[in-house]
Amino acid sequence: MKTNDLILQTATKITVFIILAYSLNLFFAGHNTPGGGFIGGLISAAAIVLFLLAFDMKTVKKALPFDFKKVAALGLLIAALTGMGSFLFNVPFLSHTFGYFDLPIFGETELATAVLFDTGVYLVVVGVTLTIIQTIGEDDD
Amino acid sequence: MIKTILIISMAFLTFAIFVTIYRLVKGPSASDRIQALDVLGINIISGVAIFSVFLRNTGFFEVILLIGILSFIGTIAFARFIERGVVIERRKQSD
Repeated sequence: MKTNDLILQTATKITVFIILAYSLNLFFAGHNTPGGGFIGGLISAAAIVLFLLAFDMKTVKKALPFDFKKVAALGLLIAALTGMGSFLFNVPFLSHTFGYFDLPIFGETELATAVLFDTGVYLVVVGVTLTIIQTIGEDDD
Repeated sequence: MIKTILIISMAFLTFAIFVTIYRLVKGPSASDRIQALDVLGINIISGVAIFSVFLRNTGFFEVILLIGILSFIGTIAFARFIERGVVIERRKQSD
């Protein structure tokens, strides 16, 4: 039987970008409002899962040619290096700091080094979730 | 005044959720149960919205969008499972 997922695939092509934008919003808003690296990573993993549901494993691997195990490792490396960066300034491990900078579009913005640590958390969550899902999905029956 | 209205609407919503749960338990086929779960997700969204107005707190607005996304993805995954037998296909189906 020939199946046709035209409606699902067209809706997915639009919805995935909305979900990814929402995950980035949650990620950057995590400092002052609910959100952060963990939930942001889970939501962007959910966007890629929707992509996997509408299309198939091979197409998604072609569109996103990442090895998600390496993404998780990269996240851990970023988190550890952010913690060790505090040694350069003679302060204890994982000390964080922030400052106010004048950015071109945003005006005066508070930039904190906690965002770098959160980036590590985000990448670990995305990598681990998609590694689990892809490993289970690739099982031969 | 507004508190009374919110409590009354919450009571109606609870009734709607109980009726949906009846369909979830009783539903003769799997499709009935999946539709009941989808409706349950939407009812929970309205519950969270009413509750955040009740608490005068904007901290729950993320939850509303989140339940919407998760309920959508969950329903699609269940529907794929009923239709194809697999949730994620390995390669493009040859036609």
